[in-house]
Amino acid sequence: MPLSTSSNFARPDDAFRAIVEAHRGLTEEQSADFDSALVLILANHIGDIDVLREAIGLAKRRMIDGQQQQQQQQ
Amino acid sequence: MAQAKSQFGYRRHPDQDRSGQSPAEHAVVVVGAGPVGLSLAIDLAQRGQRVVLLDDADRIGEGSRAICFSKRSLEYWDRLGVGDRMVDKGVVWSVGRIFHGESQLYQFNLLPENGHKRPAFINLQQYYAEAYLVDRIDDLPEIDLRWRNKVTALEQRNGSVALTIETPEGAYRVLAQYVVACDGARSSLRQMVGAEFAGQVFEDQFLIADVKMTAEFPTERWFWFDPPFHAGRSALLHRQPDDVWRIDLQLNRYADPVVEKKPENVRPRIARMLGHDKFAFEWISLYKFQCRRMDRFIHGRVVFAGDSAHQVSPFGARGANSGLEDAENLSWKLDRVLRGRSPASLLESYHLERSMAADENIRESTRSTDFMAPNSHQEARLRKAVLSLAKETEFGKRMVNGGRLSVPCSYDSPLSSLDADTWHGGPSPGCSMLDAPVTTPAGEQIYLTDAFRKGGTDFTLLSFSNGAAIDAPDGVKGIRIGGKGGFADPSGLVAKRYGAEPGAAYLLRPDGYVAARFRHPARAAIAAALVRAEGLY
Repeated sequence: MPLSTSSNFARPDDAFRAIVEAHRGLTEEQSADFDSALVLILANHIGDIDVLREAIGLAKRRMIDGQQQQQQQQ
Repeated sequence: MAQAKSQFGYRRHPDQDRSGQSPAEHAVVVVGAGPVGLSLAIDLAQRGQRVVLLDDADRIGEGSRAICFSKRSLEYWDRLGVGDRMVDKGVVWSVGRIFHGESQLYQFNLLPENGHKRPAFINLQQYYAEAYLVDRIDDLPEIDLRWRNKVTALEQRNGSVALTIETPEGAYRVLAQYVVACDGARSSLRQMVGAEFAGQVFEDQFLIADVKMTAEFPTERWFWFDPPFHAGRSALLHRQPDDVWRIDLQLNRYADPVVEKKPENVRPRIARMLGHDKFAFEWISLYKFQCRRMDRFIHGRVVFAGDSAHQVSPFGARGANSGLEDAENLSWKLDRVLRGRSPASLLESYHLERSMAADENIRESTRSTDFMAPNSHQEARLRKAVLSLAKETEFGKRMVNGGRLSVPCSYDSPLSSLDADTWHGGPSPGCSMLDAPVTTPAGEQIYLTDAFRKGGTDFTLLSFSNGAAIDAPDGVKGIRIGGKGGFADPSGLVAKRYGAEPGAAYLLRPDGYVAARFRHPARAAIAAALVRAEGLY
């Protein structure tokens, strides 16, 4: 099964909000710790190395695109 | 500190009296009398080859060094006639425990099922393993073991290799059809053929101390992340024979090796771990690990095996064990090529299969080492997350990497014939044979690995009787399970582990790997698989 990028939550704002709230009150370091654990938990739940790799690819691509935009603006 | 356990004398050989113009000619010269070179020489000799085995020292190496020998290695040593001695002296173990801080995260059993002749692992000092192999060589007149014979030059010729060998009485030359370089990680033969040895160097240093003491720890592999006695780093404890314990402590990358190796500096570290200082040092060593391999394991007529060809970090017992797998993979192929029974191209499959295994071993041991010594803040953070998740989740436990221990590699090999049938279980072509108990026609209870060895360690058709006789091609040995005159499978484990119904058959290679398997074997299909596995494809 390929990575699903269609909207899967009935209420996407709730999902986004849940993650945002989990970070409230955390230091940068604690937030990073939290994210690391969350990523591992969700990755295991997906349990499909191809989907995981696709997700990693998508996340990486955003970073590269972002860097290129920044460079163009400069 | 440890003494050399055995000393061997240099003896002049008639080869040294020959003129440089007419040097002695040999079929095989093996360079390096470590576990790999010794085992390879024995294997070749048992196959009827005469072997010259050279070593630049005159004694067995100091220090325990490799201590964990795998089930696969023990099965190989059984075939070489030294398995019992190794296991009788060795410390048998199969359980490992992983601790984080004060508490145990989980434990694992590497061989949770019965019905195997050999355990998952034994721990045995490398000097014992080498001494037993040298003793075995005394029974084999085919092997000419020459101590203090150091190869100083190598010249590839058409059809042979010329070696210049330095001895206490001067240099001499020999010619060899094939040279096998088992001369270790710092291989001088590798330099002589001009091969690169590139890979990854790990900056973290590890202190290895073998200490003698009486202790009540169980015979298990214990691994700690961030233990109270060695904060922030990892530690490993293994039991060896003679009340010797292997302790492995991770140090930081800036530690001064000369200072850290001093016994007076090691002692308090070990005392903190043990809670007492009633121990004596056997051996202390400081390591920085490298994971690397040669691009090609064969250079002309020089073949590389063991650490000379590939080097891994020790977490996973993949060094000596993979070297022994090299030896078992190479010896039958070299024997066939020397006899003209297979083309020289069969040796290429040695390079393909064993470099594939080396890649797997490097990948596994690199992952373990990276987990123990994270390379960045984020890697350390991910590891911290895994260790904390391991306390309450199964998936977290399985992500904790304190070393993934050596198991035989499965080969994606040109020597294998792909399954034509649908199989449910059993080792597929390119996998190592599995052990199980069998009863001989005479009523003796042995194991399948015994039956394979007693059959002559050649191409072997393992068949499951359905009453109809299967014709094995000429020269192929047979092991028949069931039927009149066959081996009995009282526990049903042979049929189960091979996923075999009556009538099925496996074609095993001389190194015990599966070449092909058939649910309904036909003579022509077996013959075709044999041709392929013999390198005649």
